[in-house]
Amino acid sequence: MAVITYREALNQALREEMRRDSNVFLMGEDIGVFEGAYKVTAGLLAEFGEKRVRDTPIAEEEIVGLGVGAAMVGLRPVVEMMTINFSLLAADQIVNHAAKLRYMFGGAVKIPMVVRMPEGGGHQLAASHSQSLAVWYAHIPGLIVVAPSTPLDAKGLLKTAIRDDNPIVFVENETLYNTRGEVPDGEVLTPIGKAEITRKGDDITIITHSRMLLVAMTAAKQLEEKGISVEVVDLRTLRPLDKQTVADSVRKTTRAVVLEEGWPTYGVSAEVAAFVQEMAFDYLDAPIRRIGGAEVPMPYAKNLEKAAIPDDQAVIAAVTKMVA
Amino acid sequence: MKQRSQASAQPRAVSLPLDKETLLHFLNKMILIRRVEEKVAEIYTRAKAGGFVHLNIGEEAAIVGAASSLADRDYLFTSYRDHGWALVKGVAPRAVMAELYGKATGCSKGRGGSMHLFDSKVRFMGGYAIVGGMIPIATGTALAVTYRGTDEVAMCVFGEGATNIGSFHEGLNVAKLWQLPVVFVCTNNLYGMGTAVRRASSVSEIYRKACAYDMVAERIDGMDVVATRDACLRAVERARKDHEPSLVELVTYRFRGHSMADPARYRTDDEVRWWRERDPISSLEQKMKDSGMLTQQEIDDIEAAVSRVVTESVQYAESSPAPGLDDLYKDVYVQSEGQ
Repeated sequence: MAVITYREALNQALREEMRRDSNVFLMGEDIGVFEGAYKVTAGLLAEFGEKRVRDTPIAEEEIVGLGVGAAMVGLRPVVEMMTINFSLLAADQIVNHAAKLRYMFGGAVKIPMVVRMPEGGGHQLAASHSQSLAVWYAHIPGLIVVAPSTPLDAKGLLKTAIRDDNPIVFVENETLYNTRGEVPDGEVLTPIGKAEITRKGDDITIITHSRMLLVAMTAAKQLEEKGISVEVVDLRTLRPLDKQTVADSVRKTTRAVVLEEGWPTYGVSAEVAAFVQEMAFDYLDAPIRRIGGAEVPMPYAKNLEKAAIPDDQAVIAAVTKMVA
Repeated sequence: MKQRSQASAQPRAVSLPLDKETLLHFLNKMILIRRVEEKVAEIYTRAKAGGFVHLNIGEEAAIVGAASSLADRDYLFTSYRDHGWALVKGVAPRAVMAELYGKATGCSKGRGGSMHLFDSKVRFMGGYAIVGGMIPIATGTALAVTYRGTDEVAMCVFGEGATNIGSFHEGLNVAKLWQLPVVFVCTNNLYGMGTAVRRASSVSEIYRKACAYDMVAERIDGMDVVATRDACLRAVERARKDHEPSLVELVTYRFRGHSMADPARYRTDDEVRWWRERDPISSLEQKMKDSGMLTQQEIDDIEAAVSRVVTESVQYAESSPAPGLDDLYKDVYVQSEGQ
């Protein structure tokens, strides 16, 4: 068992899958010579060469379209968007094409492609560079959307995603790249579509994903000192959602807080709150509470940015009020 | 001088006769497209086909000339004006007609309709209804060819309206930068819906846009099946042998509106008449007759054979079952391991 960063975990997943399957190759802006804007692809050009680690022009629609066209004829491209904000330039290829072609063409084609992209704020990059938009892609039938929160799941989910025959939007988080965690030596494969109970508790369930898992866990620890036992569920996959695991947890604890970094309006928390009340209404002892990013374009100033992103204090305040 | 224009402002008469067998083959396919499209117009009017339907009538020479330059193993991507392209690449007329009828036996199982025909068995890689959306995808398939070291070519067909959108420029740049085996074919029918090319593009001669990417480009009379075939064959061979991409502009004209819903009031009667006098089918027939390569009897025989195919395809579509309701949720995803 080694302790590695989220970034290293992703790098291992790419390296192992490229060694395993010669049809796997990488494309993206500055992923080769520069080794990635966030260094996720460090060392891969040296090992696999330019054919399999392709630096592209800054042309997001073209990059994803290249992936779609290569995947249609049997290759397994892993495409990097430098951030989810830039992926909007490729939305036509992701939403109108990758997600649609199999169904629209009568099931006669597969798109085994992974599009990786980090989201999230917290780095004073202001409104155009700080969005959490995974939910936009999670809205689309035909796409799978995963968003790992730990190094273990980053590795396990990326490896599973690369082997999957569907188009997958793989959402990372800029703040998570340097976080560390234990990852077993040898093969790690995390199933898609399975949430995980990261922390067991009795009084309330916090449902979250990606970077906000860390916030939830910090809050849970402090709440324990106040005598409140918190269960934390990490969704891990946003489409398809593991509704059963979430509903089972809420039936047990009878209270639910849904926490996300993105805007709650039409957000992940809106979807989770909707199905929780459908599946566990009779068990609920309090209205479901949603916590998310401030409904503003992300400001630059450090104090304003901090105020716009949910933190452990916001979670503690909400939970304390609900359990009291 | 890599770029050249073989078409002046006015298309020329049909040129360069090949052997009779080849020309008869072209004529046959062009008549097939014309008669299928006329039948499609009829069934659409009778509400047997829904959605948007964009006909290839008038563009038969461009389609047959370009698509016949491909080998069976080559890939063809087109826009939503795709019926004729699918037919020439080898999609069965009955499967095309059944798709228009929204039947389970359609080439896209009734899920795609007129604008989204598909048949990977003959490497017809689809009609795409987002303008320009197929351009990055076709370059991706060409990339896969170079990745594997095989010798297929990807042909990507779009209208002149697609050459103003970002994906066109992104796609041409990458195709040339990475020397991909792709042939971009622009069917310039002079109108993007109702907007004339001169009102939408700063450069009306589309082939000139390729110079920004140092790409070989030609402007060809797309009403001339032989000139079109020759130019596309040159481009296909450049792609196959040298991995040199090309842009081939085929100047053509659709005799009907943009879609069946369009009466085309933005074009003058004189203009339409001028182009109809250059009908690619009657032009080829006349040229072949004048050269003693074709008799009226042979034309009648082709028409009769095509008529049988069209009738049979309609009967097939009419008698085919609609998709079962249990089909609604099929094929959204591939059921992979572990799911």
